[in-house]
Amino acid sequence: MMTLAVQAKNLQKDFNRRTIFKGISFELGEQRSLVVTGKNGSGKSTLVKIVAGLLSATKGSVEYRTGNTNVSIDDIRDRIGFVSPYLNLYDEFDAVENIKVLSSIRSSSVPTDSAIQTMLERVGIAARARNLVRTYSSGMKQRLKYAVAAIHKPDLLILDEPTANLDEEGAAVVRSFVREQEERGILVVATNDPAEIRWGKIIVRL
Amino acid sequence: MKIVRAGVIILITVAIVLGVSIPMVPKPQSFFEYPIIPGLEEKARNIFFHVPVAWTTVVAFLVSLWYGYRYLRTRDIQYDLKSSASAELGFVFCFLATITGALWAKFNWGSFWNWDPRETSIFVLLLIYGAYFALRSAIDVEETRARLSAVYSILAGLTVPFFIFALPRLVGGLHPGSAGDASGQTPVAQLHMRGLMLLNFFLSMIGFNLLFVWLLNLRVRIARLEYHHSLQSM
Amino acid sequence: MKFQSTYALVMKDVRSELRTRYALNALLMFVVTSVTTVLFALRSDNPSAQLLAGMFWVVVFFTAMSGLSRIFVSEEERGTTLTLRLLTIPSVVFVGKLVVNCLLTLTLTAAVSVLYVWAFPGFAIVSWDVFIATVFLGSLGFASASTILAAIIAKANVRGSLYPVLAFPVLVPLLMTVMNATARALEGETIALAFGDLQVLVGYLLVMTAGSFLLFDYVWVE
Repeated sequence: MMTLAVQAKNLQKDFNRRTIFKGISFELGEQRSLVVTGKNGSGKSTLVKIVAGLLSATKGSVEYRTGNTNVSIDDIRDRIGFVSPYLNLYDEFDAVENIKVLSSIRSSSVPTDSAIQTMLERVGIAARARNLVRTYSSGMKQRLKYAVAAIHKPDLLILDEPTANLDEEGAAVVRSFVREQEERGILVVATNDPAEIRWGKIIVRL
Repeated sequence: MKIVRAGVIILITVAIVLGVSIPMVPKPQSFFEYPIIPGLEEKARNIFFHVPVAWTTVVAFLVSLWYGYRYLRTRDIQYDLKSSASAELGFVFCFLATITGALWAKFNWGSFWNWDPRETSIFVLLLIYGAYFALRSAIDVEETRARLSAVYSILAGLTVPFFIFALPRLVGGLHPGSAGDASGQTPVAQLHMRGLMLLNFFLSMIGFNLLFVWLLNLRVRIARLEYHHSLQSM
Repeated sequence: MKFQSTYALVMKDVRSELRTRYALNALLMFVVTSVTTVLFALRSDNPSAQLLAGMFWVVVFFTAMSGLSRIFVSEEERGTTLTLRLLTIPSVVFVGKLVVNCLLTLTLTAAVSVLYVWAFPGFAIVSWDVFIATVFLGSLGFASASTILAAIIAKANVRGSLYPVLAFPVLVPLLMTVMNATARALEGETIALAFGDLQVLVGYLLVMTAGSFLLFDYVWVE
């Protein structure tokens, strides 16, 4: 598969007549990680949402390239993984169902049962795999979000508040995903944690 | 815009004065006489107000729709100001058309409301405006409000052909030009209006459309001032 | 068109609905209570076909308005709207939700039909072909207009009361036509006589589906 590159040009976002940020540009290719940081309300989440195609920018653009061809965000939605507090899972399904359902909406390649099992063991919720997500603690939900976001080995992994709600063991799991992503493709992180800011080769301060 | 304003004042004044003062006779001999239209008599004078107002309502709706579409394409909030301003004026004109029409219906057809296809259509248009403003007031974020209200007005606009073509099949019509109307399919303007009456009708038509253009311009300018004022106070 | 993604989305909603009965239970209870109310109101009279056909669609309209917005509102309330937007393209979401809404409206009109035939002796369907065609096309027409409106309403503050307000003007041509055609079915007119009405219903269905398909991108992507 052709490697993915992302280029943001002069991004600006207005919200209710207020400019949140403007003039943001960066270029991300393979093994280049970006950290977005800034105080509360500075638009960290807004910026990573724009990169993931969840929001459109008021001015400027985000361009995606595979190899040398420009592609639209809709062509690469199955190559993105995103973990954040505002991307919820389905409460009425269990962990395995969530992974299967969300993967099959995302693309035609549904992961095998053993791949799901391996992933759930890696994030540490295999024991509760058949319980409804409704019964999970917020930390367990966060772990399951990582399973959903990483099961298809995304070229672009976006993490907003990566270790929110997680204990030390959970944070270690996150660091293993981060290292793996640095090898595989592009990592984008929005955080204010000093240790996590060091993950970025490029740092955008809003 | 000064020319437009002058045009509005002159045209509407002339249309009202001529519309009210010129005598109606069975067989007009001089230029300054109106023909009597059978079945309407003196009530025909309403034609100089009701028809232009109703026509302007449709124009305002289409203008609002067009600016809504422009907003969706460009995401420039200026177009939303124009679209919503046009909708506000369209609502006022729609209301006036309903009132003048209901009065005319009372004296011509016997009751204020008959659910004739065009009466039904203008009632639904009032409901569409009501829904449009209700939707706008229920969304806090300006960009979302502009986007969703534009989509709604276009969606509502898609039903217009059904009111024009499908509705007359379901309910009997009373307006001139309806199927089964004794005077046939041609509009009153071509059939009965002659000379000064026809001229007056078109003067009034242009006058009310210019009135809409002028009011829209005023409303948009006010909205722009408010917009910049709120930008400065932030 | 990503058929497989759309199918997965539909199956997700169907399974979720069967598990939680969020929309279905409310819809069916609403049908029972509103039909009962109509029954109280009309029990002593011998209502005409026109009146019964009208009341049939009154019940369908208000029941649909009570439940159909759930397809998008429930995603918004669970915080899964963004998840769906991340996973797939807008047209998949629209078509998937439209299919689910069609299934819901068909279930709804089937339930109302059964109750009406059972509860009102005057609601005797003579022309079954006209009736079935009307109810089928009418249900799909309802779903086509109400799907995008549900997506709009999910972004507003006062969802419950605003939905019928937005939907009614858009649904007027459909409502007037289905009421007329249903009365024809009760009066025993042939399908040839009702053909004009059915043409209008097909036209409405096509215009609304195509229009909302094109407009949905603007609603879905912020």
